[in-house]
Amino acid sequence: MKILLVDDSSTMRRIQKNTLEKIGHTDVTEAEDGVDAIKKLAAGGFELVLMDWNMPNMTGIEALKKIKADPATKDIPVIMVTSESEKTRIMEAIQSGAANYVVKPFQPETLAEKISSIKK
Amino acid sequence: MASPVKVEHINPFISATLETFKSMMRTTITPGKIILVKGAHLSYDISGIIGLSGGAKGTVTLSFPKITALKTVSEFIGEKVVTMDDTVKDAIGELANIVAGAAKKDLTQYKISISLPTVIIGENHEVQGGKECIPLAVPFSSPLGNFNLIVSFKSEG
Amino acid sequence: MAVGIRVEHVNPFVTSTMETFAKMVGVEAKPGKLMLKKDAKLEYDISGIIGLSGNAKGMVAMSFPKHTAVAVCNKFMSADYNDLHRDILDAVGELVNIVAGYAKRDLTEFAINISLPSVIVGPNHQIIDAKDAVSFVVPFTCPLGPFHLAVSLKST
Repeated sequence: MKILLVDDSSTMRRIQKNTLEKIGHTDVTEAEDGVDAIKKLAAGGFELVLMDWNMPNMTGIEALKKIKADPATKDIPVIMVTSESEKTRIMEAIQSGAANYVVKPFQPETLAEKISSIKK
Repeated sequence: MASPVKVEHINPFISATLETFKSMMRTTITPGKIILVKGAHLSYDISGIIGLSGGAKGTVTLSFPKITALKTVSEFIGEKVVTMDDTVKDAIGELANIVAGAAKKDLTQYKISISLPTVIIGENHEVQGGKECIPLAVPFSSPLGNFNLIVSFKSEG
Repeated sequence: MAVGIRVEHVNPFVTSTMETFAKMVGVEAKPGKLMLKKDAKLEYDISGIIGLSGNAKGMVAMSFPKHTAVAVCNKFMSADYNDLHRDILDAVGELVNIVAGYAKRDLTEFAINISLPSVIVGPNHQIIDAKDAVSFVVPFTCPLGPFHLAVSLKST
């Protein structure tokens, strides 16, 4: 499964990458903000995006909306992984087309579960 | 005149620290007795600091001895780290960020926004507060070692 | 790399430092050449730090060698301490609070809010900013000794 991991913190990318590796996902590309994510998605072939919310240049929610508005990328599931825990934020993400939502701090198992629920 | 942080304002940070260590480090940590930072000489080697502003002002700091920092970051990122390199510095900042973000949800009435994390490196440095608010420290013990949570919080003005 | 953070955004902090020293400490603080923090190897004895948030996030720090901190704060408070007394630490926090508060008014485009100050004490400590922020350092000299102003910003 080809995964795009978007987070402005290299530590958070590393944590998620290690978690993904443990559950067998090694085809992971990293992007450091929304702009970078959109650019990298254009290469094609991605089957999942893990997206942070608060990032410079282009936030995760803006990137999510762009992904869902583009016929080439709209079918790629996007899981938001963020410290934004308010209900209104979660609703905004789901309404914008997020496939799922993980609040930081998260257990590695939670991330794994949300990914496998999408894979099936 | 400065007064210490109120209990109802420090509790969300204690809960957020417990929750963060439990879910991200799979470690149960135990809070000790809350103490006044002023005059306590709590000195550690690496600290992650986040400023809080909005309807209240404050700071949240996680301060670690070197050995606890290395073990904590190893658990956090899932890789063994043995030296205080950039990975450790970045991870300690990120940890403070997650704790501050998690505490925010129990303090929604203050519409708090958080600053970027600042990390302090220096053997036996102390993190004190200013005149407006006397910070409180919560010493935590854990299988990864001891560390301190330091909080200042002022809701009025 | 953050967009939109420019040298001009540091100027309000430089101006407010000069103003604060002139008005409240009673000495002239002269700014030296502004540099990128990554090019400066900096270690200090005492630092006052304030977090910034709003349409830009970051922090401002004023860092002092011990002798400068004691001399500046003694003058600021009309006191006569010869060591890093608790009141000196409070005064360092207060100084950075005043500098950040002043500067904020000239950065209305960012609608900045400031946090409470933290004061770091420890010989040769280093301040490491968030990696994706742009960090500048301005060395200052004043009759009471040298110190540094550091500003780290990221637009949000």
